[in-house]
Amino acid sequence: MFWRETFIVFRRQLRLALRNPAWVIIGLIQPILYLVLFGPLLEPIAGQLGAQNAYTLFVPGLLVQLGLFGALFAGFGLIAEWRAGVIEAERVTPASRTALLLGRILRDVLQLVVQGAVLIGLAFFFGLTGSIAGMFLGLLLTVLLGAACAAASNALALTTKSEDVMAPLINSVALPVLLLSGILLPMTIGPQWLQIVSDFIPTKYIVNAIRELFTGDFFTITVFWGVLWTLVLFAAGLWVGTRTFRKENA
Amino acid sequence: MIHARGLARTFAGRGKGAEKVEVKAVAGVDIDVDEGEIVGFLGPNGAGKTTTLRMLTTLLTPTAGTATVAGYDVVTESQKVRRSIGYVSQSGSTSPEARAGEEIVDHGMLYGISKAQATARGRELFEQLDLDGLWTREPKAMSGGQRRRLDIAMGLVHDPTLVFLDEPTTGLDPQARANLWTHISDLRSRRGATIFLTTHYLDEADALCDRILVIDHGTIVASDTPDALKRQVSGDLVELVLADASRSGEAATVLSRVADDDLTVSGATVSARVRGAGHEVAGLIRSLDAAGIALESLEVRRPTLDDVFLTLTGRSLREDA
Ligand SMILES: Nc1ncnc2c1ncn2[C@@H]1O[C@H](COP(=O)(O)OP(=O)(O)OP(=O)(O)O)[C@@H](O)[C@H]1O
Ligand SMILES: [Mg+2]
Repeated sequence: MFWRETFIVFRRQLRLALRNPAWVIIGLIQPILYLVLFGPLLEPIAGQLGAQNAYTLFVPGLLVQLGLFGALFAGFGLIAEWRAGVIEAERVTPASRTALLLGRILRDVLQLVVQGAVLIGLAFFFGLTGSIAGMFLGLLLTVLLGAACAAASNALALTTKSEDVMAPLINSVALPVLLLSGILLPMTIGPQWLQIVSDFIPTKYIVNAIRELFTGDFFTITVFWGVLWTLVLFAAGLWVGTRTFRKENA
Repeated sequence: MIHARGLARTFAGRGKGAEKVEVKAVAGVDIDVDEGEIVGFLGPNGAGKTTTLRMLTTLLTPTAGTATVAGYDVVTESQKVRRSIGYVSQSGSTSPEARAGEEIVDHGMLYGISKAQATARGRELFEQLDLDGLWTREPKAMSGGQRRRLDIAMGLVHDPTLVFLDEPTTGLDPQARANLWTHISDLRSRRGATIFLTTHYLDEADALCDRILVIDHGTIVASDTPDALKRQVSGDLVELVLADASRSGEAATVLSRVADDDLTVSGATVSARVRGAGHEVAGLIRSLDAAGIALESLEVRRPTLDDVFLTLTGRSLREDA
């Protein structure tokens, strides 16, 4: 029953997304632009940054960026749906509230998988080498992080019900998180104070973990922390999301 | 089917600036609706109709009071309530970019019915509600009235036996409105459904409902059959338009002999409430004739629910949406 309801919601969301794929494409073009226009700049200095291959450094960062940004903006679609009365119409059915959320998150997850796979695939043409298994694991961490962000974003959307409140809120969180996660350049090249500040950003550990996974180092302390933080964020995101969806929709 | 006791809802609102004011949207209502009844919920804008409906359909938690719908408590057994009802909200229920048919089928499936069943029932509703040929149309490319009928189809796709309709006919042309009335009556006569609907339209409540609850400022001010409510107003309105305005004083004296209430004179027009006007009119005309007062026209109007509302609350019921 629960999975059937989740699937109905997921299928509907996917149908709507595919019918108007502008957002999917925009979300995909952004990391590709980074890859094409910024990647070549990194190549000559990769060695100085402690990487043998510039793209094992760079692609994990772009993956996390995809997961963070793409998913954090997922809630905007929900506000539009709420305004059209769709959310209330779904909530008056006996369907599980969690299924209403999960179906939506699964669409974001699928989108993320496709975007991430395209990004990694494309990076091979630019010279990415590394552990294939590690790349799969890296993509998995990205997807879990994305699911957490999508859930949180949907929860925020349902609480604020206003793009005008949500957009500045998300931007003011996402941008510093993105910069302090060392997405473009590893934080280790920064000054001491910047490194200390970035120590408080969970996604930094995730980016670092994915970087090691890409190079084939699976059983390191960095990977351990990254996986742990991913799981913590995943659990927290889903918890906040389901809690909000279960709550009344006043 | 529906039993509510002291059902109330306050919203935390904002006054000027940061000062907090409580909006008492529904201030404790008692509602009883039996199986197979069509009950109308009548009230002006902001009276609390939608808020009451949203509480009864589990979309909003009451701040006080209790309610059972189809035998289940709306707060503690909300899931079971949802399984037993259909709801057509006042605002829309579909994505502008989706296709009408897909929205209907998905909605039905969320109620647990099969895809085939939802499709069959959806198509049937499309036909009955004059939405033929719009199955693959996007709601954003539909007219307001078509979208409204799509909303109604959404609420009925799973064949609920208890239906809540929030202003179902707003935005419909007279023909579509009459068609929907027939459809709603059919739901009861064919399927034994119970129907609770809100409306601003007095004729609608009168034509469709066995019983009417009048709500104003979050309180139910009357609950009775349309006829009994109309009887509360003291009589029919008799309006005389005289050929000669200077005789209006005399005409008023004649009319006052049969009048019960509201005797008014305005120019050549003299009017009053007359109980059982049908009986009295013949004598009235004879008396006027005998006095030599010529009539331009004479009109007898049955009291409308607007008159009832005026009597009950001292305010006129605005008829616009
Ligand atoms: N979410 C809300 N927050 C604050 N106030 C609300 C909310 N919903 C409704 N109200 C207020 O509660 C009162 C009753 O609103 P309600 O929507 O129930 O009226 P209604 O009878 O359905 O009116 P209409 O005929 O315009 O649909 C109004 O004063 C409205 O402003
Ligand atoms: Mg309303």
